[in-house]
Amino acid sequence: MTEIHFTIDGKECHAKPGQTIAEAAKANGVYIPVLCHYEGLKPVGSCRICTVRVAGRFMAACTQPVAEGMAVENTAPDLEDMRKALIEMLFVEGNHMCPTCEKSGNCELQALAYRYRIMVPRFPYLFPVRKMDASSPRIMLDRNRCIQCLRCVRAVRARDGRKIFAAEGRTRRVAIDADRDLAAKLGEDEARRAMDICPVGAILKKETGFAVPIGKRKFDKKPIGSDIEEGTAR
Amino acid sequence: MEHDKEIILKHRKDPSRLLDIIRDVQARSGRVSAEAVAEIARQLKLSEADVRGVVTFYHFFSLSPRGAAVVYLNDAVTARMKGRAAVARAFEEEAGCRFGEVSPDGLIGLFPTSCIGMNDQEPSAIVNGVVFTSLTPDKARDIVRGLRAGRSAQDLVTACGDGANQSDLVRAMVSNNIRRRGPVLFGAFESGSAVRKAVSMKPEQVIDEVKKAGLLGRGGAGFPTGLKWDFCRKEKADRHYVVCNADEGEPGTFKDRVILTELPRLVFEGMAVAGYAVGAREGILYLRAEYSYLMPYLESVLEALRGERVLGKKIAGSADFDFDIAIKSGAGAYICGEESALIESAEGKRGEPRDRPPFPVSVGYLNQPTTVNNVETLATAAQILVHGAAWFTAMGTPKSAGTKLLSISGDCASPGVYEVEYGLTVQDLLNMAGAPQAKAVQVGGPSGTCLAKPGFQRKICFSDLSTGGSVIIFGPDRDILEIVGDFMDFFVEESCGWCTPCRAGNVLLKKKLEKIVNGRGDEQDLKDLEAWGKLVKTMSRCGLGQTSPNPILTTLQNFRELYEAKIRKGADFVPDFDLKDAIQDGCSAAHRQPECKESLHD
Repeated sequence: MTEIHFTIDGKECHAKPGQTIAEAAKANGVYIPVLCHYEGLKPVGSCRICTVRVAGRFMAACTQPVAEGMAVENTAPDLEDMRKALIEMLFVEGNHMCPTCEKSGNCELQALAYRYRIMVPRFPYLFPVRKMDASSPRIMLDRNRCIQCLRCVRAVRARDGRKIFAAEGRTRRVAIDADRDLAAKLGEDEARRAMDICPVGAILKKETGFAVPIGKRKFDKKPIGSDIEEGTAR
Repeated sequence: MEHDKEIILKHRKDPSRLLDIIRDVQARSGRVSAEAVAEIARQLKLSEADVRGVVTFYHFFSLSPRGAAVVYLNDAVTARMKGRAAVARAFEEEAGCRFGEVSPDGLIGLFPTSCIGMNDQEPSAIVNGVVFTSLTPDKARDIVRGLRAGRSAQDLVTACGDGANQSDLVRAMVSNNIRRRGPVLFGAFESGSAVRKAVSMKPEQVIDEVKKAGLLGRGGAGFPTGLKWDFCRKEKADRHYVVCNADEGEPGTFKDRVILTELPRLVFEGMAVAGYAVGAREGILYLRAEYSYLMPYLESVLEALRGERVLGKKIAGSADFDFDIAIKSGAGAYICGEESALIESAEGKRGEPRDRPPFPVSVGYLNQPTTVNNVETLATAAQILVHGAAWFTAMGTPKSAGTKLLSISGDCASPGVYEVEYGLTVQDLLNMAGAPQAKAVQVGGPSGTCLAKPGFQRKICFSDLSTGGSVIIFGPDRDILEIVGDFMDFFVEESCGWCTPCRAGNVLLKKKLEKIVNGRGDEQDLKDLEAWGKLVKTMSRCGLGQTSPNPILTTLQNFRELYEAKIRKGADFVPDFDLKDAIQDGCSAAHRQPECKESLHD
């Protein structure tokens, strides 16, 4: 297979054919922020935070395949500000309560907010009324904290392949819905995986909480993306 | 319950027909009950959450009861201009419930709906699938009384429109309002001639002819049709598909309604020509739910074409070209006019756009190479085949060949469809439609451009004002900022909710606009409005969010003085609430009079 040559902010990079810009950047030690993307799942380009600019055109790095000779802009100030604005949008369109959230310190949205040094969002809070669903024996679904990344929709399936989570409605009212019967059958490990795959605190596993104290969690130690930049990412 | 099972079996438990199943259940029971969801999920081997996800995506499906008879009153801007408010009140008084509710006796449901393609005869409504146009408060009351008395909606149609609207299979009160017949769409056409011509050529030659004609997509995006067919043809696959996009949802457009009513043979032949060119044997007409009143009629035209060997096996005298067409219906979602969302919907899923690449020409319907073309594009392609590229390029401008069918509505003497050569100015259109007083013209619908007088010299063509054909005229007394607000409401309601900038950004833009319109804006708010509009356009995933800020951005450009007049000049900061109003409730509960200045900076 021929190797693809391209650049990110001028840095010479290499990619395998078929790799997306986000995958190739990571392999080259360049951090492009992602949120809805999760390695191993089909990318959906829903959060748009990984947007980069190539020849004046904007595209989501998680869905766009790398092409020979691409000159990718990743850290241009205007681009970074628009990414920051999207993170702010996710905060104001939901109801996020970091100080009391079980995911605090492991939350990718919160970590991105720190990395982008968000003090106060430029947008007004929308304070939507969103329903919680605690009817499942093993998990709690708190839509207040959901960012519609669709990771759970893509990743969590019943053994026969049916989706346990699905998007319901549309517009700003789109919400993740759990199939009552299938969610009730989730095992201990599956429930743990559902919680781990959720970038925020929208899917929480019942019965255990704060097993790792705040202050000793993943992003408490280093900003999100540092593992990629330091070449220590798996 | 038994009925639900029958419906599921009728559609062969096929998940790609999930929309058809839900539509039949909804029509029979007035809703899709929890039991029906469970049954559908069980039979189709889907999860209930998945089925609920599809039901709740589409405007015309509902988990809760919608009433024995359902009135969907068009909520488009033109409807409001033509007296919608009084009609809505009459419906509410007579039905005994508000819009968004079902009457206490469960007989009448009242719901608003986005543009239904009747802008030239507003106010309009769809009642149990039957279209009612040019409504008045009296007519609204008669409809409710008739329905309460047990009459069917079709029974209440007293007079039919012109042309094929009078056909026994349509019987619609819709008028065509054809104001100008051009040489392409409304030119003479002998049924079967386009397909006969195509099969006498090689597929590559057909594509070449369309390329030479310079045919660009008529839906608004203007992609070269020949190139699209070429891409699709070159993809190696088991099957190829032709999809006709008959989901015109841009507020103010209704030209495809007229084409489908009067020229369905031309459209179907265009599909067959496209099929021959790309190597497809199957075509799908994706018909917007609002036009489902045309379904039996269109099916009968297909049947006639099969009888004439224009469709079916070895058609038009060819040795081996088989081509047939099936009609699939939408269920109320503007986003399904976007080609990849349309394909998802045709596959029985939520109508959410796909990521591109891959484009539908390589991975489309059922993951096969698919060319998706607009109704007008396909009809035009059929005529190009018959008359040749040179005939076509002699019309229009060098870069925009041929004619365009425009849907003109709003404040003018003669709303309707006009087939014009490309290159006409907006002022020419105003003269034709009888609108000497026009203050503003919305070209291309809300996602297009709002022009003020200096812009009336601009031309309708791909290099200047590229448009799917919606032209809405606003007279001197119209409140432009109110219209901008209505357009933003439309996008807020029609965003599929997939990506952040479109889902949240449009809501935030509308809030900011309201702040300014309410006289609580400052100079920074105008800057924010512009910056946020650009943000949503830049970061959104599909054409919806990439154009939804246009009502704001184009009026900021062309009607800036309206915004300037609303803001408080020189103010450092104006809060978006009135302090006095905000504490009024608390004060009256405590029997105190609020004592504070109206705004913080005074």
